[in-house]
Amino acid sequence: MEPLNTFEILIRVLYQFTPVWIALALVFAFSVVFKRRMGLYGKLFDSPIGMIGFALVMFWVFTGIFAQMDLIVTHDPLAQISGMKNKVPGTPLRGAGPEDYGWYLLGGDNLARDVFSRMVKGAWEVIKIAPVATLFAFMVGITLGLPAGYYGGKLDTLLSFLANLILAFPVILLFYLLVTPEIVNTGVPNYMAAVLFIFPIIFLAVLLNSRYHTRPRLRLPLLVGVLGLAFWIYLSLISENGLLIDTPSTRIPGLPKTLDLFDIPGGILVVFVSVVFVNSPTVFRIVRGLAMDIKTRDYVAAAQTRGEGPWYIMLWEILPNARGPLIVDFCLRIGYTTILLGTLGFFGLGLPPESPDWGSTINEGRKLLSIYLHPALAPALSLLSLVLGLNLLADGLREESLKD
Amino acid sequence: MGLFILRRAGVMILTALCLTFIVFFLTNLYPNLEKLAKTQGNFRMSDEAVASWLDRNGYGGPMLLRYGEWLGAAPGWTRETEDGITGRCLDGAVSAETAATAPRFCGILQGDWGRSTVFKEDVSTIIGTRLGLTGKLMFWVLVLMVPSALIVGVLAGMREGSWLDRGLSTFSIVTTATPEYVSGVIFIAVFTSSTVGLKWFKGTATSAMKDASFENFFLPVLTIALYGMGYIARMTRASMTEVMTAQYIRTARLKGVAFHNIVLKHALRNALIAPFTVIMLQFPWLLNGVVIVETLFNYKGFGWTLVQAAGNNDIELLLAVSVVSVVVVLVTQLISDIGYVYLNPRIRIS
Repeated sequence: MEPLNTFEILIRVLYQFTPVWIALALVFAFSVVFKRRMGLYGKLFDSPIGMIGFALVMFWVFTGIFAQMDLIVTHDPLAQISGMKNKVPGTPLRGAGPEDYGWYLLGGDNLARDVFSRMVKGAWEVIKIAPVATLFAFMVGITLGLPAGYYGGKLDTLLSFLANLILAFPVILLFYLLVTPEIVNTGVPNYMAAVLFIFPIIFLAVLLNSRYHTRPRLRLPLLVGVLGLAFWIYLSLISENGLLIDTPSTRIPGLPKTLDLFDIPGGILVVFVSVVFVNSPTVFRIVRGLAMDIKTRDYVAAAQTRGEGPWYIMLWEILPNARGPLIVDFCLRIGYTTILLGTLGFFGLGLPPESPDWGSTINEGRKLLSIYLHPALAPALSLLSLVLGLNLLADGLREESLKD
Repeated sequence: MGLFILRRAGVMILTALCLTFIVFFLTNLYPNLEKLAKTQGNFRMSDEAVASWLDRNGYGGPMLLRYGEWLGAAPGWTRETEDGITGRCLDGAVSAETAATAPRFCGILQGDWGRSTVFKEDVSTIIGTRLGLTGKLMFWVLVLMVPSALIVGVLAGMREGSWLDRGLSTFSIVTTATPEYVSGVIFIAVFTSSTVGLKWFKGTATSAMKDASFENFFLPVLTIALYGMGYIARMTRASMTEVMTAQYIRTARLKGVAFHNIVLKHALRNALIAPFTVIMLQFPWLLNGVVIVETLFNYKGFGWTLVQAAGNNDIELLLAVSVVSVVVVLVTQLISDIGYVYLNPRIRIS
């Protein structure tokens, strides 16, 4: 077969993304038609910047999901095919069978793997970690930031001091300290996971209890059901092989294997924990500032006069009124988390070396950068476009939420 | 004001103590020490041999005591061996008389930073030279970043909603979305690669350590500056648009003052208060950028040292690196607070 020229590569790459285009077109058609009924999300489709951002973000979300279903990828991202080392984009596959895709669309990397498939698979690595990690960071930040801002005083001083402590740490140093194999062996990340992941449960418990404590008949079954489920997920999240902590010196039993819903690979858990840990102090500061501002409003005073409890006021009066800035920051923070994940990959920390995530791929590609551009350039541009999309989306949301 | 600075300094020292203890704790966990013993001794050591090596070299005591020794707040350890007395403050095995005359305290407070196991050199000399190199990099980054960010921000915020504003705002969003390892890779690919043909700059900055030239130093500087620039520019723009809608600017316009005079003489000073704090608070981020860029361009400065120390389990060096970076971050925070009060006459701390 002949090598492809630039135009043919472009056409074929675009064609490979067909499922993504269809999904994007459906989402956009549906959203534009019903945009008046969908609140802030619908208003996003009034701002061109927001729409571009949303399109970029959804492109990578769909790419990640479809790649996981093996739709877009042309080759196995880990397979090394001899003779394809560092080949330029559009090189035909040597010795391709009838069922193989005939070309390396974006060339091969220094281990003769397909750059295009790795780039597409890398999207899933980001999509599966970044939003959830950001959500956890928000849970931690909100659960601690609301009381700090609302009560103030000693609690605020203490929590702010702790937050500033983490913020004064250079992020890369923290990663190097947390993610090295020696530290992972001591179980420090597992302890941190056990502490950090309990915050969503506390958040849920307080949220439901403060709302329904006046209706004990509804509250009890609701709390037992929701918290039981949350606790089960929590235990499955942090326990592996029936153990919470598994180090040579200490072993703490956790959930029995039969009840364990899913296992998070050790490397991913460590990465997840460190990203949540780095992000939550900033969220804490934002929530604390918002709570301090909003607690002086009239509707908070009205709730206090009605005799509502402090947690009701924090979670059902202050938090809903702080949602605008928090949603905007959520988008920005997913972008920042994506950058952090890339940084971890770039320094080869945490994720397994053959992992197709963009940071690791950039790190591998940069070694031969002055001769072969394509292995590093493809993931670099992907990461850039995803983070850019998130920033534009946040900008659009900010603009639209300021209008009311 | 004096009390304010004093209290801030107190909190700062407490923060520094906590942070260095955390770093000390994490770097001195048993697996790290075991690895150290095996790399210094030999790799086939048994567990008992590791334990006795650690004890002989002063890694045996409780964590808090060792932290005190390292800090210089507790007397350094001594052991009696058949060759004489060894200790933290002693150089090799010495006789009892020499040991008696040696100083009892030797930690970082006394200026004794220990010895690097990777570079086989005193940590203080390594940190000194590396910081100098990174200082050079940072200086040029600031020279490039601050003026261009302020100019971009002021130009964009001068007429809100104009095409100039849209263009410059998009530019700053793009730069904040481009982490150093992405922009660095793109720059190297476009400007240094032999495949594209634009060989304007050099892909490594190793030669820039001795004599920096535009050719070998511009790309690393640009890479760091670009990521920080977008954020400062957006802050400047926000603060500029706010100032431009203020009453006194409208008054000046109604009086018929020329537009460039309004911007330069009336708006600029007030618009630059907020970005000043932002610039100072960018330092922790710049530190990250420095680590990435120095690794990417192989410029052997402070960030590169951090990566080497952390990657090779060089405990003393890593501790020193973290002390320096934590102090840099805290001092810039303090300066930003004081500077904000000083620049903004509306805030008074009594």
